[in-house]
Amino acid sequence: MNSPLFNIDSIRAEFPILQQQVNGHRLAFLDNAASSQRPDAVIDAVSDYYRNDHANVHRGVHHLSHRATDAYEGAREKIRAFINARSIREIVFTSGTTESINLLANSLGQTMQAGDEVIVSRMEHHSNIIPWKLLAERIGIVIKVAPINEQGELVLDELAKLFSKKTKLLAISHVSNALGTINPVADIVALAKQQDVLVLLDGAQAIPHGKVDVQAIDCDFYAFSSHKMCGPTGVGVLYARESLLENMPLFMGGGEMVIAVSFEKTIYNDLPYRFEAGTPPIAQAIGLGAAIDYLEGIGMDKIAAYEHHLLELATTALSDIEGLRIIGTAAKKAAVISFVFDDIHPHDLGTVLDHQGVAIRTGHHCANPVMDFFGVPGTARASLAFYNDAEDIEQLVKALRVAVDMFR
Amino acid sequence: MSNVAQIQVELIDEFQLFDNWLDRYQYIIDLGRQLPEFPEEYRTDENKLHGCQSQVWLKAKSEHGLLYFDAASDSAIVSGLIALVMRVYSGQSAADILSTPPEFIRAIGLSEHLSPTRNNGLAAMINSIREQAQICLTA
Repeated sequence: MNSPLFNIDSIRAEFPILQQQVNGHRLAFLDNAASSQRPDAVIDAVSDYYRNDHANVHRGVHHLSHRATDAYEGAREKIRAFINARSIREIVFTSGTTESINLLANSLGQTMQAGDEVIVSRMEHHSNIIPWKLLAERIGIVIKVAPINEQGELVLDELAKLFSKKTKLLAISHVSNALGTINPVADIVALAKQQDVLVLLDGAQAIPHGKVDVQAIDCDFYAFSSHKMCGPTGVGVLYARESLLENMPLFMGGGEMVIAVSFEKTIYNDLPYRFEAGTPPIAQAIGLGAAIDYLEGIGMDKIAAYEHHLLELATTALSDIEGLRIIGTAAKKAAVISFVFDDIHPHDLGTVLDHQGVAIRTGHHCANPVMDFFGVPGTARASLAFYNDAEDIEQLVKALRVAVDMFR
Repeated sequence: MSNVAQIQVELIDEFQLFDNWLDRYQYIIDLGRQLPEFPEEYRTDENKLHGCQSQVWLKAKSEHGLLYFDAASDSAIVSGLIALVMRVYSGQSAADILSTPPEFIRAIGLSEHLSPTRNNGLAAMINSIREQAQICLTA
């Protein structure tokens, strides 16, 4: 799909890592749901920052510190605009989605008591299960699990029945990492609002693949990672509605989060800084800002449309392979295809594909409850990004056919 | 040359017949298919090796001063690797096993399977065999 609007060849040329051979083959990188690759623009932004601008932020009177602070806070503003938050006060930098959710569990968790309920879903990544399980072990909250159907979609009627007077939070993924299901988050939030329940969306798999507008969705919290959206590793975001964040108990203490400290009294910093103890991931945040500029330059709507086209192409091609069964066939899907063969171990598939230059993920994808539901130990997962092309899919299909012949 | 070292040399020779990975893997997969049946009663948690994405069970027994191994996996490639490892180490003395590292793995181009990050059982299997040999020697 090379068109003046979406020139895949020129996009691919901007990703240096894609220009290599692996095991003597062209690299078909189809493990984007685990981590995406970075364009020159992001690599250069990080490198330029270290070469020219680095100093600690928010605390120096000197020139470099001002420049670093401007760049770092500039990135925060880019993120605000990218997800349409009302204010930068709502954008908390974390190390990634996992830390964002742990921050919330440890902060909001202090306002919960034994018997209070948190609803998650069967399709959650472990990162949106374990923080709540730890809270359950610590203070005795109760975790309720919203079921999914055979297509890997949330069963909304059943979810609706889980709310009670004790429900404090609904914590649910926007897009499933293992299945690709896109959840109807605006409907889910509306459902929760009727019950006066707060909503956290795990947006790690949604944010790279289409426009996310936190005001339109009306969620209270939204967590995501930079490294899945072409940005550096080690930085992520917790979006939190300001009226909630204002009253949330503090989690981590340290520098940056305070204005004045004595042993008698501490004056805490303003939002969002009081939730950002210690020297932040400055270069990474600036790199994330560059990634957002890059993605916006292409256009999130175009990315979503192109990836949908790739998903259809790949789904059709894979469905032609005898014995291949796709796990996760939701009506609305992101470009993730999990699949199994009843007689071939996913790990064996991954090995044989790797020898043909095809990178996929195999295993449980940190979503054991999903694997249990479908009765498989793991799956092979091809996850696509906007810099993948039809040739990547052809290479995947060809490699799979070789594998099938070897194992039968 | 010890028994184990001698078998490794033969195995390395055998794999020189293959000049591409596809044939090499196909041979390994076919060897895995010919593994002797793994007794169902050995398929216990105790015999299961940890740290494997694919499941691996290994059972050792000692007879007349030699160590014998039975093993199985749900992965076809790992089953083939098991067949190679059994051929090299099963039926040998503990001292021979311990003094002869599995050089054949690198020599026949399978060292990727030894990386702990591959997490697929070969490294765990070799470690377990060496542990059993150590126990046998110190007993």
